[in-house]
This record gives sequence, C-alpha cells and structure tokens, in this order.
Amino acid sequence: MKRIIKYCLSALVLACLVAAAVLYWLGTRDDTSTGAAAAPAEAGRMVEQGRYLARLGNCVACHTAQGGQAYAGGTPIPTPFGTLYGPNITPDAQTGIGSWSADDFWQALHNGKSKDGSLLYPAFPYTEYTRISRADSDALFAFLRTVEPVSQPSRPHDLAFPYNQRSLLAFWRALYFSPGVRAPETGESQQWNRGRYLVEGLGHCAACHAPRNRLGATRAADGLAGGLIAGLDWYAPPLGNDPATGLGNWTAQDIATLLRTGMARHSTAGGPMAEVVLGSSQYLSEDDALAMGTYLKSLPAAPAAGPAQADAPSAALMDRGGKLYAQYCVQCHQEQGQGSGTAWPALAGNPTVTAPSPVNAIRMVLDGGFAPATAANPRPHGMPPFAPVLGDVDVAALVSYIRSSWGNQAGGVASFEVRRVRDASTLN
Amino acid sequence: MSRRLRRAAAAAVAGVAGLAAAPAMARDAATLRPDTMQARVAACTACHGEQGKAGTDGYYPRLAGKPVDYLYHQLLNFRDGLRQYRPMTHLLTGLPDAYLHEMAAYFAEQHVPYPPPARLAVSADMLEQGRVLATRGDAARGLPACAACHGAAFSGLAPAIPGLLGLPRDYIGAQIGGWKNGLRRAAAPDCMADIAQKLTPHDIGALAAWLSSQPVVEPYVPDPAGSARLPAECGSQAQR
Repeated sequence: MKRIIKYCLSALVLACLVAAAVLYWLGTRDDTSTGAAAAPAEAGRMVEQGRYLARLGNCVACHTAQGGQAYAGGTPIPTPFGTLYGPNITPDAQTGIGSWSADDFWQALHNGKSKDGSLLYPAFPYTEYTRISRADSDALFAFLRTVEPVSQPSRPHDLAFPYNQRSLLAFWRALYFSPGVRAPETGESQQWNRGRYLVEGLGHCAACHAPRNRLGATRAADGLAGGLIAGLDWYAPPLGNDPATGLGNWTAQDIATLLRTGMARHSTAGGPMAEVVLGSSQYLSEDDALAMGTYLKSLPAAPAAGPAQADAPSAALMDRGGKLYAQYCVQCHQEQGQGSGTAWPALAGNPTVTAPSPVNAIRMVLDGGFAPATAANPRPHGMPPFAPVLGDVDVAALVSYIRSSWGNQAGGVASFEVRRVRDASTLN
Repeated sequence: MSRRLRRAAAAAVAGVAGLAAAPAMARDAATLRPDTMQARVAACTACHGEQGKAGTDGYYPRLAGKPVDYLYHQLLNFRDGLRQYRPMTHLLTGLPDAYLHEMAAYFAEQHVPYPPPARLAVSADMLEQGRVLATRGDAARGLPACAACHGAAFSGLAPAIPGLLGLPRDYIGAQIGGWKNGLRRAAAPDCMADIAQKLTPHDIGALAAWLSSQPVVEPYVPDPAGSARLPAECGSQAQR
C-alpha cells in the first residue's frame, strides 16, 4: 500500500514538473513565423513613417517623464502589482537602446523579450504590439535612432513579490500571450483590415478598453467590453455597438472625429482618453482614423463588463441634484443638458455621463479639466474642479441628476461611491 | 509634514474655500458666453475669483494685473512640474504654450480694485523686521531688499517679476517656504531660490506679515522693463 502511494506521489510530482516545463517552454519560445525583415525603404521616408507610428503607439506617454527629455523614460506606471517605470529608449548606448539592432527591437515588440532575452513585463503592451508588422517595427526603430540620445539609467521597477520575479512571466505568457501578426481577413475591406491592425496593434486600445483578470491579463474572448482601469481609477467604456453603453449611436466618422479632435457629437474626451488624443490619436491621418472607426463599428453589441444597472435615484436626491445643477452647471451645459456647440459638451446622451460606471462623471465633476488641445481645438474650454466646493453627498446628488435627466437613464449614485473616487483621485 | 497631514490641511483649506467660493462661481456663470476668453478660463476663475481677483480663502492668489510673463512662466512651470500643485498640473496638462500665453495676457490685462489688507495680530517688532528686510535687505547676510527686484513700491518689474502686495500672508509664507525646500523653482539661475535659502523661518514670517499688511496704492502697475538693475542674475527675467 505504502508503495502504491509513493508511486502515485512520484507520478504526480513528475506530471507537475512536466506541465511546468511545457508552460515554461510555451511562455519563452519565440514566434518566428512573421519576422522576415522587409526590403529597406528609402531611409528618410522610413524615419518619417516611424515618427508617425510612434505617435500612434503613444510611445512618449510611458517613455517620457513629466518635464523630462523625450523617450528618456522614468514615467511611473501604476498597476495593482506595483509601479513600473518606462525605460529609456533613446539611442544612448549605455542607458538607452543605442546598442540594439532592428532585430532586437522586433524581438521586444513581437516576442516581448529584451535584447538579452529576459522577459518583459506586459505593462509594455507587447500583447498588442505583437500584431505590428515587421516593416512598421523597422520604421519605428529607424525613427527612435534619430531622437536625442540621453544618458539616464532606467529606473528599476518597484514590484512586490512574486511579481518582481521576471522568470515567472513565462507562465503568464504561456496562458495569455499569443504572438503573431494577423493575416488580413479576405472577406473584409482593406479599410476594415487597416482599422483592425491599428486598433489591435499600435493603438493598443485593449490595454484600457478590455477587462483585465486578477493577473492583469486581457482575454480576446472578452473583446473591448470596457472596465475600470486598474491603477488609474478611470472607467474605459465598452467600444462595442450597444446603443446604451457602447458606440451604437456613433458613426465611423464620429469615432474618427473624436480621435482626431477630442470632440464628437456625443462626447468630449476626458481623463486618460484626453491624454491619448493629446499625445497620439490627434495625429492620425483621416484615412487611418476612419479605418479605426470602421473596424470598431463592426464589433458586436456585447453587454458591458461592469456594474449592473443602478436603481433610479429617489425624488429627494433628484430635487437636490436639480438645485445644484441650476446653481453650478446650467450656464454652460444648458437647461436641457444640451450644452453649446463644441465649447460645452451636451450631457444628455453623453456616454461619459451614462456609462455603466459613474466613475468618469464623478471625476469630471471633482477634478474638472480642459478638453485636449488639438489642431481642431487649440484653445479648449475648461471645466472648473468642483472638489473644493461640493461635498460627497452633493456630488452624488448632482451626478445622479445628470445620469437620470433629459432621457438619460443610467441610475443613481451613492455618496460612498463619490468618497471612493475622491480618495482615489491622484489630485489629492 | 506627512502626506496624510498635508492632505488634511489641503482638505481644510479646500473646505473653507468651498464655503466662500460657491456664490462667486454662480455669479461668474451668469455672464458667460461660449468662445470668449472669460468662458475659456472658467476653470481658473472658479478658484482664483472673477477676473482672477483672488480667491477668498487666503490661499488662491490674485492673477489680475500681474506681469504677463510672470503669469506665463507660472503656467509653464505648473504644466512642466517646476512648480508643484497637482490640481494646477492636471488642468494645464497638454495645453500649448501659445494658449497659456494668451491666458496669461488675459489675466495681466484685468484691472480690479484691491481689497484693503487684513489686520494681523502680529507684534510691531515683527512688522518692523519685515519692513527692514523688504525695503533694505541685510547686506551682512548677502540679502538684497525685496524692493531691489520687485520695485520700490513692490509693484513688480516687467516683464516677469511679480508685485508682492495684495497677496495673502499664508500664500507669501508658503511660496518662500516652497522655494527654500525646492518645491518651487524658476528658470536658472534661480535667484529667488538662492535668496530663500538664506531666509530663516523667522525672516519669512516677518516678511509675509509686513508685505500682506501693506495697502495697495493705485495705480499699482509693474515698473517698466529695464528700469532697474537687478542685484542678482535671474533666469525668469531673461526667459521668454
């Protein structure tokens, strides 16, 4: 009997070891199917193309500290696992990527590995960048060779155990990382394919707009169903075609307009999306912006991943909210929440207001902010921060009121939700 | 000060500001027209008061009538992290230089009467020490008079050196303190940082008390550019 138990245990241990070895192999092998370098284009054109692509990927956002030199790194990236710091990607030989080749760069983008083969943390969105073509990778690299080299060592990440053990990433990758450039869908238009390429790859929309599991992974099956952005405490709305919570009432052109100008008929970009417009999407060509809109409009109207529909607010809360609206909001956002032109966005039918999560509406009220400055709107209007003026109960009443008026039916907000957002706001 | 204590202090200040600022916001709103500069800067005047005449809580400083480049530099510094106040940085993130300059010019051109100075419960001794430092400096310690750069009437020097009157005592104390511990910086060579290093907490208290107790005598406008020879080299005055 003892012998049988011993035998079974040994078999179990062996099976575990084999499974771990297989996972490790899966998580560290390279995808070589799409790596052939493209014929080198004319050098100057390649750099210009790379400059455009770097903006589309918004590389500068994570690789440039506030007030720091471009691409020299140091930006803190808060995550539930600790804080990561974007590294120096200027062509400095010692502290940047000056000693890298185009192949090394491709390995990072496509296989999520550094020049020395060590596994990269997926805060660098190689789970999306792996869809970038070799030609675009080479153009990006050619551009990065031309930026000012800065001698500034990359700041080490500040991660808790066990997340600070890089080799464990092999298992995460085995489960959640499938490298490879996608072949075009033959049944779809060139525009749709271009849109999917940008949305899934360089645009890395899924980094915010896809729900993440406890290990910080997004899953293809969830699509772009939206969710709270961990570490930032903003809500990324679903990008599917549900008319109530997604882009169902938008046209492809509306989406393109929001990306390029920061404003559209239904909404103005705020929070992290304002930063995306500011640093990235405003530079999209008209064709590329429309291609992204066309692809997004083809997504199914999947229900949003997020809180269930909230109850309608009480009459007392609506009354209080209405009075506050008349005092603080009506002059700009107007009697029927219809706003005024591009200066003051409408609140009626505004997806930021009616989103499944009230977090963004609460934050806009508390923090205020300017619409992103773009070529189409270089002198944006600013919304005052009301955090110093309104308490939690008042903000709850006000946000409940705007979420439940003029046809909006998003439900009430409790003061504890306002308190939570106020505590999480980085402006405290 | 611990982070929590700082937060509590900020919340207290904000709470007081809230009580006082609420009616001001409503009044501002009554005259707003879209696409005017007044409407564009509604996010500023909510705290800094109508036309930037200062908040009522003793912390948000006056913007109206300050030298245009001084205001412009502060906007750049908040945006780029040389001056620390998160709500300001949040509002200004990504706004282009040209627009910030336009905002600065808008507030520089606002002329609003100054309120009478607050009566302070400080000793005559302390006020006198403040007056001496502000008007004569302390040569033994290498401290120039405030008036040497900020104008004989403390009304500033175009294009970038601000006036020192009409500001709350707490604000003046906080700014010099910020310079002393590196939280506030200006373009190099940062003359104000050098001076703040030499000031003791007692000096700062005396200066803040005396300056904030001086009435503003109209016309209160910055001295013309180039009308004074600065005792130190200041990056801000040269910066554009």
